[in-house]
Amino acid sequence: MIPAAFEYHRPSDIASALATLREFGDEARVVAGGHSLIPMMKLRMASIGHLIDLQDIADLKGIRIDGNTVRIGAMVTQQELIDDAALTRAAPLLRETALQIADPQVRAVGTIGGNVANGDPGNDMPAVMQCLDATFTLTGPSGTRDVKARDFYEAAYVTARADEEILTAVSFTVSGGGHAYEKQKRKIGDYATAAAAVMLQKDGTACSAASIAMTNLSDVPVWSKAAADALVGTACNPADIGSAVAAALADISPTADNRGPVEFKRHVAGVIIRRAIERAWSRA
Amino acid sequence: MNELAPISREDRVEKLKGLGHSRKRVEDVRFTQGKGNYVDDLKLPSMLYGDFVRSPYAHARVTSIDKSAALALPGVVAVLTAEDLAPLNLHWMPTLAGDKQMVLADGKVLFQGQEVAFVVANDRYVAADAVDLVVVEYEELPVVTDPFKALEPDAPVLREDLAGQTSGAHGERRHHNHIFLWEVGDKQATEEVIASAEVVAEEMVYYHRTHPCPLETCGCVASMDAVNGKLTIHGTFQAPHVVRTVASLLSGIEEHKIRVISPDIGGGFGNKVGVYPGYVCAIVASIVTGKPVKWIEDRMENLTATAFARDYWMKGRIAATKDGRITALSCHVTADHGAFDACADPTKFPAGFFSIVTGSYDIPVAYVGVDGVYTNKAPGGVAYRCSFRVTEAAYLIERMIEVLAIELGMDAAEVRAKNFIRKDQFPYQSALGWEYDSGDYHTAWNKALKAVGYEDLRREQAERVEAFKRGETRKLIGIGLTHFTEIVGAGPVKNCDILGMGMFDSCEIRIHPTGSAIARLGTISQGQGHATTFAQILASEIGLPADSITIEEGDTDTAPYGLGTYGSRSTPVAGAATAMAGRKIRAKAQMIAAYLLEVHDGDLEWDVDRFVVKGAPERFKTMAEIAYASYNQAIPGLEPGLEAVSYYDPPNMTYPFGAYVCVMEIDVDTGVADIRQFYALDDCGTRINPMIIEGQVHGGLTEAFAIAMGQEIAYDEIGNVKNATLMDFFLPTAWETPHYVTDFTETPSPHHPIGAKGVGESPNVGGVPAFSNAVHDAFRVFGLKQAHMPHDHWRIWKIAHDLGLHG
Ligand SMILES: Cc1cc2nc3c(=O)[nH]c(=O)nc-3n(C[C@H](O)[C@H](O)[C@H](O)COP(=O)(O)OP(=O)(O)OC[C@H]3O[C@@H](n4cnc5c(N)ncnc54)[C@H](O)[C@@H]3O)c2cc1C
Repeated sequence: MIPAAFEYHRPSDIASALATLREFGDEARVVAGGHSLIPMMKLRMASIGHLIDLQDIADLKGIRIDGNTVRIGAMVTQQELIDDAALTRAAPLLRETALQIADPQVRAVGTIGGNVANGDPGNDMPAVMQCLDATFTLTGPSGTRDVKARDFYEAAYVTARADEEILTAVSFTVSGGGHAYEKQKRKIGDYATAAAAVMLQKDGTACSAASIAMTNLSDVPVWSKAAADALVGTACNPADIGSAVAAALADISPTADNRGPVEFKRHVAGVIIRRAIERAWSRA
Repeated sequence: MNELAPISREDRVEKLKGLGHSRKRVEDVRFTQGKGNYVDDLKLPSMLYGDFVRSPYAHARVTSIDKSAALALPGVVAVLTAEDLAPLNLHWMPTLAGDKQMVLADGKVLFQGQEVAFVVANDRYVAADAVDLVVVEYEELPVVTDPFKALEPDAPVLREDLAGQTSGAHGERRHHNHIFLWEVGDKQATEEVIASAEVVAEEMVYYHRTHPCPLETCGCVASMDAVNGKLTIHGTFQAPHVVRTVASLLSGIEEHKIRVISPDIGGGFGNKVGVYPGYVCAIVASIVTGKPVKWIEDRMENLTATAFARDYWMKGRIAATKDGRITALSCHVTADHGAFDACADPTKFPAGFFSIVTGSYDIPVAYVGVDGVYTNKAPGGVAYRCSFRVTEAAYLIERMIEVLAIELGMDAAEVRAKNFIRKDQFPYQSALGWEYDSGDYHTAWNKALKAVGYEDLRREQAERVEAFKRGETRKLIGIGLTHFTEIVGAGPVKNCDILGMGMFDSCEIRIHPTGSAIARLGTISQGQGHATTFAQILASEIGLPADSITIEEGDTDTAPYGLGTYGSRSTPVAGAATAMAGRKIRAKAQMIAAYLLEVHDGDLEWDVDRFVVKGAPERFKTMAEIAYASYNQAIPGLEPGLEAVSYYDPPNMTYPFGAYVCVMEIDVDTGVADIRQFYALDDCGTRINPMIIEGQVHGGLTEAFAIAMGQEIAYDEIGNVKNATLMDFFLPTAWETPHYVTDFTETPSPHHPIGAKGVGESPNVGGVPAFSNAVHDAFRVFGLKQAHMPHDHWRIWKIAHDLGLHG
């Protein structure tokens, strides 16, 4: 487990990180917590000549909550998400998800920016970001732009981010209501067999707004509008939930792996989505 | 000293921390502080590093190897291939199982991950880069990973080197991919009983391929001293003396010029018994370069290329009367050994002690046949935390009992109780030739069932099934039962050897003048806590506190010859040697005491830590006083000093046993199984250190849990290993590990000096069927008879699916 040789860079601001990225082009890659990238390098599945470590860049750190708006710097670790009481009050879904990612050692260094920028369908935060309708802020040589999480993922490891851009923050508007992140995995530190993020709002006895997204059930995270639509206006009775589950399942295309064949994954996905909806509804 | 206020006998016993004392592990001081000293911690001046070029293919001809680019990389010292080893006749090496194995690919490769070339460089990173620069051309050949297909007439020929050889180390070979057929028992009599039996249950039971996966992978540092011609090998060896002998036989270097040192070892579980190409290549590279050469496997190499465990297809047939008395057992095994037969078994036992398969039951007649088969998979077949092939045997019989119970419509606990060997039948001669030393199965079984509230559990289970049928729950309860009997402590020299070395073991003790001691053994701890427990055995034998006794193992220049640590043999064999050597010390001490007290030997009796004049309790000499006297007094007729050595050849194996109950909640929709309760009663004879026993049981059960519930080495059709990293190879963390309740009965071994039987492997042997039976049991009412392990989520889900439980 020895990576090929690489140069290590450690800029202290975004501008110099961008400059280095630009200087080495294809050969360069930013590293955040390194817990997705370094294993790939050690397996020699990724060979990177220049690693640009983002950890000294103060601008990429910190969680800011302004009224209804939450902005999380790319270099905030999963552990920091778990520990931040204000964030948990504003968006408890993040803590619930972060606690289901890997193990405490990985969470201590793995970052939210790395998790969403990585583009691995197994990462949990992308579906959560889609569920929250979050926005990713990208900074590149020609300035800063925003991309919706729901528009960001194109294929496994292929995202809307250009090679010379750095993802600097994720932000979203707090909506309240009930939430749930339900994940089935084989063990601690495993990626999901199936996972679902659900946010529901309740008006009287009816569901007034819904958002449902899924992890590791396609080559990209899947936000299912049809599933959400199936719930809005209903009382989330078992039949309504059944329709939502059916709609969600129509939007995924899982692949077979060591966790099991497609048939099994679709079945488990149905169970997990249902449980996530039930739990979110019970909290709405 | 005698004038000091007398301390009570109890206090003196307590102070020794001898047998039965939950003494804290002395090893843990350094391990918990990160101060252990493992082979990869060793750094010698001008040390080089070796790394392997490995085959990406499972079966291919090697048409060319181009080393030039690798050799051109600065820092690369050498690239070895089979061609370089051939002049030394080291391109192949003998295996422990009487086969031979390629050290480096000789014309072809036979499994994915096979060693093709060995790169040596002055830096580990350079070596890894150079591996990528060695250009190997392959011509792919048809792959066979299924042992049944391997035996078809037109199956590809794997071992071309064996062409024309119709017999091997274990008799006749009937096919080009056949290794041996090993048979035990009376086949004809067994068939006759089965043919006319009232009830017969038949099942194919697969014990899948898995891997011991010790936390520390295999590795070594070979260091040839060009000046004095002495070769020192530090390595992760479970049997250092055997490695020394093999190294001498292979290299031609005289044995006194070879020193093998096993430093701290981070777990072995059978994975570190065999001799691997990495050791041979490191030794050759050190001889060639005159510098120390280190080779350390990475995790993927460990999982794909060094010894696996199990891969036994066991066809069992069990016959019984209508009321549940077992009358016969037959088992045929198709044993997948991979590309080379590199099992680590005593030489005369190509399927290890699989013939313990009659288990805890009084079965009048039985037959076992094991066919060994070559496939395009990694070699191995080691005893992963078990005595040789005993886990396989225990799994087969404990599954067959369950299947028989279904056939009989009886409760599986009752079938067991009805067939246990009774206490008064010991020593018991099994139909397959073993003499069980001691046991009291009914007592253990009843204690276990009572402890878990067995009848209440069955009632709750039945109620749950009703609720399930009414649609009120999607969870079922499984109750997994096991009563296992192990066979450990190999073994008597008359029938147990490894490469001709009898499987005795040894202990050498030196008592120092001021009443402390050092004892050296032929075994080697890999985490078992030998430094703690062997000192306790000795403390009780010689009356010096365990805290004053240093235990040393693993250096062949200082330790007496022994066969090493695996197969739960250390306590039964080396532990016995320790007690026997201790008794020699005591015998001499008695003569010294008699001289000092001016009485006849026979007038003295032993009392905890001293010899006392019979009838005069105030007249005594403590062991510490005797030790001092042995060095400072001229005692007529006695040599100075106080030392002893014992080589112990055990008269028989020992037969630990246990009763386990596992209660599981199974979600039929997701396949998730939660272990609600696990009760483990172990009888390992005399208990040396109850705390260490508990730790061993916890560890063994956790490995059993892993194996039963998810751990496997699986191959796809073209021979790619599908789970070569810890992402897919299931190694439970504290999070997944169930809570265990441990318990015991104590039935000493009648032939062992202190009555101890060994315990380290029992929980793996008994744990796997307990977990697996729980899964099966949950679905018994819906018609499940047999489903193969590992019971991961999807396989459990599939059971439910195939039984129509998903609607
Ligand atoms: C044992 C183990 C178990 C795991 N289990 C899970 C799990 O269950 N769920 C889960 O979601 N994850 C899991 N992970 C992954 C872990 O959460 C990673 O930390 C995370 O996916 C990536 O974050 P990172 O900060 O480590 O990113 P890195 O590994 O440093 O980077 C990942 C990729 O993103 C790019 N990148 C990183 N930051 C930026 C940025 N600011 N701008 C642009 N590109 C960037 C890098 O160039 C790289 O390509 C696991 C990891 C391990 C080792």
